[in-house]
Amino acid sequence: MSAYALFKKDLASELRTRYAINSLVMFIVVTISVILFSIGNEKISDFLSGGLFWVVIFFSAMSGLSRAFVSEEERGTTLTLQLIASPTTIFSGKLLFNLILVFAMNIVIAALYSTLFEAFVIKNVSLFLYAFILGNIGIAIASTLIASIIAKASSKGTLYPVLSFPILLPLMLTLIDLTKQAMDTTTFSSSYVELAILGCYDVVMIAASFMLFDFIWKD
Amino acid sequence: MSSFELQAENISKVFGRRLIFKDVDFSCKGNGIYGISGPNGSGKSTFLKIITGIISPTKGKVTHYFDGKLIESEDLHNFIGFVAPYVILYDEFTAVENIHFFSKIRGINFTQEKLDFLFQHFGLFDRKNDLVKGYSSGMKQRLKFIFALIHSPKILFFDEPTSNLDNSGKEKVYQTVKEESQNNIVIIASNEDSDLAICSSVLELQDFKNSKTDNK
Amino acid sequence: MIWKIVLFLLLAFVSVAGIAFPIVVKPEHWYEFPMIMGLGENAKIIFFHVPTAWLTVIAFFMSTVYSVKYLRNKDLVDDIKAHSAAQIGMVFCILATITGAVWAKFAWGSYWSWDPRQTSIFALLLIYGALFALRSAVEVEEKRAALSAVYSIIAFVTVPFFIFIMPRIMRGLHPGSADDTNAGTVVNFKMNGNMLLIFFLSLIGFTILYYWMWYVGYKSMLYKEKLNKQYH
Repeated sequence: MSAYALFKKDLASELRTRYAINSLVMFIVVTISVILFSIGNEKISDFLSGGLFWVVIFFSAMSGLSRAFVSEEERGTTLTLQLIASPTTIFSGKLLFNLILVFAMNIVIAALYSTLFEAFVIKNVSLFLYAFILGNIGIAIASTLIASIIAKASSKGTLYPVLSFPILLPLMLTLIDLTKQAMDTTTFSSSYVELAILGCYDVVMIAASFMLFDFIWKD
Repeated sequence: MSSFELQAENISKVFGRRLIFKDVDFSCKGNGIYGISGPNGSGKSTFLKIITGIISPTKGKVTHYFDGKLIESEDLHNFIGFVAPYVILYDEFTAVENIHFFSKIRGINFTQEKLDFLFQHFGLFDRKNDLVKGYSSGMKQRLKFIFALIHSPKILFFDEPTSNLDNSGKEKVYQTVKEESQNNIVIIASNEDSDLAICSSVLELQDFKNSKTDNK
Repeated sequence: MIWKIVLFLLLAFVSVAGIAFPIVVKPEHWYEFPMIMGLGENAKIIFFHVPTAWLTVIAFFMSTVYSVKYLRNKDLVDDIKAHSAAQIGMVFCILATITGAVWAKFAWGSYWSWDPRQTSIFALLLIYGALFALRSAVEVEEKRAALSAVYSIIAFVTVPFFIFIMPRIMRGLHPGSADDTNAGTVVNFKMNGNMLLIFFLSLIGFTILYYWMWYVGYKSMLYKEKLNKQYH
């Protein structure tokens, strides 16, 4: 499949040069450290630690997910890609890459976070897992689309979080709420609506992205 | 015999406030060598990108047909081979890796014989497993030809095809052009007289630059 | 010209009526408003806060509609119209946030409490800000128009998630949201005839004002474009 081939190309490129992976890992470490230092010896509530978890995820996403399109634009290989694939293939391939990246990143963040913050204790693990999976998919989709937009603009680094935050906000709010619930209760009943929101967000975003990507990609 | 047809009608392009060209008509069908000429800055590359479907014209329409059927822009890419100074390949990969990835992304297969033949033909066989990072500009240019030909396109677009090439390289290019033009369309955009000499017809872009300001 | 006079009179009347008419427990004269439990004098802000909030959403909707039009016809005039709508929407959004915060101070005690509707208007402010940041980061006209259009549409798609879903789920202080038993749906049941009249007049007045500002805005941008293009 063409999109899968594009993903493999990106993966091979990343493994060979390791430009992004190194800085991304360091970024995660730095962000978590900054939070640890600012908290100091204060005890933070479990809800607060849940909220901060998604803060780390958001900023790590902003650090790592724009590379998919920005690196092509900066090297001039956008034209090359336009010559070998349709816009749908391009978006699918880049989305696949960012999906894998988001999951890899967030699993690392979750692991680091739960060891370093004692307040971060999840009682309802399966609820958290559902939220985690649906949420990561949503983050990947929205971030990939916005990355394709800012790749064509100037001051990409600062523009990326500015554009992504409003779009990701409904997702983040729902995820923070679900994390709270996963720490609180052990039942699913109150969370169905929120999980449905996550699902809807994913579906709506992916439909909108595929429809709109043509207009971003083609000059 | 299957044939490709390109039709461009009333093509105009404006960048901001600058008019590049206005009301250009161009069409070709089946096979042959067509030339597009004009001094630097006359919009040759822009025109080439427009008729390839890479950028949109400000006014006018470009259509592509294969065997009489209209080709949509999403499906166009595998019919086209494009060589230009501004086509960049991935320098962290070897030449062969580049071609492999591109073909997989295109979704086409090629035989090892064809690959070897092309690398031999353009004199890169010995260096095919070297990283493109270490290639000279002439070698990169020749690799771009391999990139443009591996998927057997029906229409070839060459923008300044002999730039960065020595005489033997140029000869290879002309030989390739003549061979391909038997069954496919080749369009060359260039300033070089030797490039344009092999074209059966030449479109002079300067003729279409209307420098009168639009009064509305 | 006649429209400008009508608009001026309308908005002047609404402003005077909205601010000056007294609120009494038992309204007897036509110029008196009834007391609403939980809101008191502050109810008057409804004449100004709600129209601005309403209009910022209308402006955003208009901006999105013209964005869709632009993507279909690639006519830059549609992009200018969308941009004009966004500019005015931004102004009304700031006004709505400020009037909302003022009301919040009197009614609930603090200027900001992350109530769902407050969060939504803040999110809209961020969307507008992002849209303008994007526009200033792209030089080429057609690319700028295409990218802003796509962003407007994507942002518009997230709006239902804010406006409809959040308040239903999250508890809030806003009149009309899930938790509030006091003020209820202020518009429909507790406002009596003359209050409703002033309210709708205000809504109409502000809408006409918006339309006029949008029209002047996009026409002046169009002329500026034409003037720029003449001097090659």
